[in-house]
Amino acid sequence: MKTVRSMVLVSNDIKSKANASQEVIDAFNLAIKKLDLADEVAVSTIPEVGTVRSLPLVVIFPEATVYAPVKPEDVPHLVEEHLYKGREVPDLKVKDADTLRKVAWLTQRKGTLPAENKIVLKNVGLIDPESIDEFFAYEGGQAFATALQMTPELVVEVIKASGLRGRGGAGFPAGIKWDSVRRTPGKKKYVICNADESEPGTFKDRIIMEGDPFTIIEAMLIAGYAVGADEGYIYIRGEYQLALERVQKAIQQAREYGVLGKDIFGSGFDFDLHIHAGAGAYICGEETALLESIEGGRGEPRVKPPYPTTSGLWAMPTLINNVETFANIPPIILNGADWFKSFGTPSSPGTKVYTILGNVNNTGLIEVPMGITLREVINIYGKGTKGGQFKFAQTGGSSGSIIPAALQDTPMDFDSFRKVGVALGSGALLICNDSNCIVDSVRVLTRFFQEECCGKCVPCRVGTDQAWKVLTDISEGRGKIEDIAQLEWLCKGMEEFSNCGLGQTAGTPIKNMLDHFRAEVEAHIKLGVCPTGVCPMS
Amino acid sequence: MEENPTLTKPTTDDLKQEISLILQGINKDRENLIPILHKITLRFGYISSQALYEVSEQTAIPLSEVFSVATFYRMLPTEERGRHVILFCESLPCHVVGGREVLQALKAELQLEPGQTNPDKKWTLLTTSCLGVCNFGPVISIDGNIHGNLTPESLPEILKKYE
Repeated sequence: MKTVRSMVLVSNDIKSKANASQEVIDAFNLAIKKLDLADEVAVSTIPEVGTVRSLPLVVIFPEATVYAPVKPEDVPHLVEEHLYKGREVPDLKVKDADTLRKVAWLTQRKGTLPAENKIVLKNVGLIDPESIDEFFAYEGGQAFATALQMTPELVVEVIKASGLRGRGGAGFPAGIKWDSVRRTPGKKKYVICNADESEPGTFKDRIIMEGDPFTIIEAMLIAGYAVGADEGYIYIRGEYQLALERVQKAIQQAREYGVLGKDIFGSGFDFDLHIHAGAGAYICGEETALLESIEGGRGEPRVKPPYPTTSGLWAMPTLINNVETFANIPPIILNGADWFKSFGTPSSPGTKVYTILGNVNNTGLIEVPMGITLREVINIYGKGTKGGQFKFAQTGGSSGSIIPAALQDTPMDFDSFRKVGVALGSGALLICNDSNCIVDSVRVLTRFFQEECCGKCVPCRVGTDQAWKVLTDISEGRGKIEDIAQLEWLCKGMEEFSNCGLGQTAGTPIKNMLDHFRAEVEAHIKLGVCPTGVCPMS
Repeated sequence: MEENPTLTKPTTDDLKQEISLILQGINKDRENLIPILHKITLRFGYISSQALYEVSEQTAIPLSEVFSVATFYRMLPTEERGRHVILFCESLPCHVVGGREVLQALKAELQLEPGQTNPDKKWTLLTTSCLGVCNFGPVISIDGNIHGNLTPESLPEILKKYE
C-alpha cells in the first residue's frame, strides 16, 4: 500500500491569489511530478488563513514548516531541498512572529499528517466492485490467508494491540469485543456486520459497501475465524438498493471461488454469509434491535445486559461491528498493529471516514487521521464555509453533538471530545453557517428522534415528543421562560431512564444548545425574535 | 373468516394463490417474515389487511404478530398508496441547504400535505429521515429514484417525468 509521507498546503485566499498563489500551486505540482514524488506528496489548498501579512503561505507536513511569502520561482528549489532531500530552506521560512502565531492551528499538527492516507477507502473507486478478480489483484484475500496461518487467539491479540475502536459511534475497543465473543462458550456463534446506516448525514458505510464489498466479506471471515463463528449476517439498510445488489453479487462470487462455504482454502474452517435487508427503521441500527429484526420481529432494543457478546442472535454469542470497523481489519492483519498505531492519536489510532456536508464549498467523503481538528477539516477539505461565518457543526448524525465554533480546535478523537462534553458520533460533519438558527436546527433534530423512537420505553417515547413540542412552541413565538427548565428536565430524564442509546442521546443536541447558545434561545423567548430570521415566530 | 374483525372484505382465491406463489421456496419460519412482507409490498405496492391475514394463515404466525411487525417498519406500508410515492428527506443536512423551501414548493405543487395521497391516486407525499445522499441535498426519492440538488424551481420539471 502506498502511503503519502508529506503534505503541502498552500494558502489560496483572495490576498494570496493576488500574490500568485495559483502559480505557486501549479509550480508545486509540476516540480513534484518532475521528481516523481506524486505518490508520496499531497498538495492541497487552504482558502482562509485570516489576516496574515506574508502571503502566499506554504506549510509542509509532517515537519509543519511554514514558508512565507513564497514566489513561484522559489518552488523548484523548495521542493528539491525540503521534499526530495529532506532539508528545510531557512531563507524562505516565515520571519514575522505574528504570522506564525496566526497559523498556530496548522503548525500544532507537527509530526503528523493531515493528509488522506487511505486505509478504509483504499479500494473504493479503484477496483471494480463487481469483480472479485480485481479485488484479489489488489492484495485482496491476503489478510485472510495471513490470519489462517495464525491461531485465533493471536488474531484477537493483534486487533487488541492495534487499539482499533468501533466506528459506529460509541468507540468501544474492537479487540475487547472480539475477545469476549471468543471466550464465551457456545455451540454456535455469529458474526454480524451492522450496515443499517441511518444517522442523518452519514453515508460512509454505503460508499464502502458500494465501492469495496469484498473487504467486508474478508473482514467477516477473519472475525469468524478469530471468534469461532461459522455463520454471519450483513444487515443492510433497505433504502440502500445499490449496496444490497453489490454485496449480494460479492457474496455469490465469493461462494463460487470457495472463499465462502465449507473447508475454505482447505483449512477446515467453514463460514457462510447471509444478507438481511432492513425495512426502514432507524432504531434497527441499535445492535439488539438489529438482532430482533433479523429474528423477524419488531426492531425494539433489548434490555442490556446480557450483551450480544454473550447472548445475541438466537441467544448465541454474537459479534456485531460496524462496516467501517470491519473495513479496518484486513489492513491491520496484513500490516500489523504498530503500523496501524502510526496513524491518528494514541488513544484513538487509525483514520476516520467523515462526510462533510452543509454550508461548505466542498462536500463529500474524506478519510483523515483521528485527531484532526474541525478547523482543519473545514478549511483544508471543505475549502471554507459558504455563505457566512462558521457557527456550529453537527457531528455523527443525530446522536452526535453540536460543536460550537469555539470548540473547533479540539482534536477530533473519542477521548478529547469526551473531555469537552461533546461526541464524535458516526462520522458526519454537518457544517452550519451563521444564517442557521440553533432553535430551528435542534427542533429538526428532535423531530427526527420523535419520528424514529420505537415506542418501547416511556422516557424516550414521551420525552422526544414533549421536547419537540416545546421547541416548536419556542420557534413559533409561544415560548415561555420556564420552557428552558422543562427542556433540561426532559433531557435529564431521557438520558437517565431510557432503555437504549436513542433515548439516552436524544437530548444531546438540546443540552449542547443550552450550553453554548442559551442567549439565542432566550432571544426567541424573551424578545420574541429569531436573531437569524429563520423561525416563523408567529 | 367471519371471526376476524380486521377484514373489511374477505380474501379472494386469487389473493390466496398469489401469496402462496410468493411464499413458494421460502421457509415459513419467523426469520423470513420481513422478507415475505417485503415481497408482498413489491408485488402489490402495499400490504392489505387481506394480505396480512393470508400471510398469517399460510405461515401459521399469529395475525397480531404479522400486523405488529408490518406496522413497525416504514418500508412495509399497510395502507394503499398512490402510483408514485415521493419521499421528502426532512433531516438536518437537507434542511440547512434549502430543504424547507423545497418542501413548501412540493406541497403547493402537489396540493398535498405529508402523509396524504391525492384523489386520483397519482401521488403520495411522505416525509422520511435521511436517505444517505446528503451531499446532493435537498433530496427527494420518487419510487426509489433519487433526485438531488433540488430547488423550488427545479421541481416541476422532475415531477413532469412521472405519469
